[in-house]
Amino acid sequence: MHELSLAEGIRSIVEDQARTHGFSRVTRLRLEIGRFAGVEKPALAFAWDVVMKGSPAEGAELEMCDLPGLALCYGCMKTVEIDSRLSPCPLCGGGKLIPQGGDEMRVKDMEVV
Amino acid sequence: MCTVCGCATKAKLDGRVMRAETVPDFTFPPVSTKAQQDHHHYGLGAAGVSVPGLSQQRLIQVETSILSKNDALAAGNRRLLGALGVLALNLVSSPGSGKTTLLCKTIEMLGSAPLAVIEGDQQTSADADRIRATGARALQINTGKGCHLDAQMVGRALADLRPQPGSLLFIENVGNLVCPAGFDLGEDAKVAVLSVTAGEEKPLKYPDMFTAARLAILNKVDLAPYCGVDLAAYEANLRRINPAIEIIRLSARTGDGMEPWLAWLRHALQEKQP
Repeated sequence: MHELSLAEGIRSIVEDQARTHGFSRVTRLRLEIGRFAGVEKPALAFAWDVVMKGSPAEGAELEMCDLPGLALCYGCMKTVEIDSRLSPCPLCGGGKLIPQGGDEMRVKDMEVV
Repeated sequence: MCTVCGCATKAKLDGRVMRAETVPDFTFPPVSTKAQQDHHHYGLGAAGVSVPGLSQQRLIQVETSILSKNDALAAGNRRLLGALGVLALNLVSSPGSGKTTLLCKTIEMLGSAPLAVIEGDQQTSADADRIRATGARALQINTGKGCHLDAQMVGRALADLRPQPGSLLFIENVGNLVCPAGFDLGEDAKVAVLSVTAGEEKPLKYPDMFTAARLAILNKVDLAPYCGVDLAAYEANLRRINPAIEIIRLSARTGDGMEPWLAWLRHALQEKQP
């Protein structure tokens, strides 16, 4: 979904950080993406090259780290890790779960020169 | 004169004559303080982390949400709407679920209640024109290529619309069950409108939207007998994705079931008053 907007969000974070920390180039940038964040990684990788042109992150390596999907099970009231939004509770087999984490999408860190 | 040692002769580097002005400047880094000489502590620099092979300045810990700009603007909208006691609802759905028809009927049935509408579409002012025909105030946002409204667009719209204190604000998002789920506009709640003709499995196919919504409206129930739809299955799928979701069945066209929706609106508006 809207990976181009996300890439533009990353670009503005890079530009803000470049002003704050006074660097001119990013060589590598790490993102943390939750399993339920709805980010299509190949689409973001594609948008990355296009959007970063002319920014300090032009040519930088993009690394995407997965974060697990956590959900509260309404059956057993425990927080469990699930692979997909439609997975049943691994503890009680219940089907009613509400996500508690895994919708993160954030810039974790960047290597700069 | 050579800038390194002050000699007047031509220095050579790799066999090439170095002219004085081309000899690179070299300065030692500042001397450590006494405390630093005694104790090299890594992980306390700007980055707050130490990585072998990287100098302290080279890894910058950011930990910033990609949508942080949007979220900050949304928080600003939320503060403004809170101060005004305006109940803002973000109507989300796939295209053609009947959001605009629902709004027109709602405005008609609410009578003189003060309200305003922000309409989001890629192109045309057709929806804002329909709202204005009811006598309500409406502002159309055309997103162009955009697939969702964002907090900045809504902030600008609020500045122009200047909603009345204690009024209702409906934000009809771009018809799209995917992207609008992730973009906070500063609203009090997302209301997902589902047409019974869309298919019972929509909540399972687009879980993010129905997780983000507080209320789901099952619209066009007058058509249910003609398309063999199982309304109980719709509700079961909604509750599977979001056990806390509220559900109202109605037909905006015939007006059937509108009362519970209007009661929901009045109650939420009352709760919002400072």
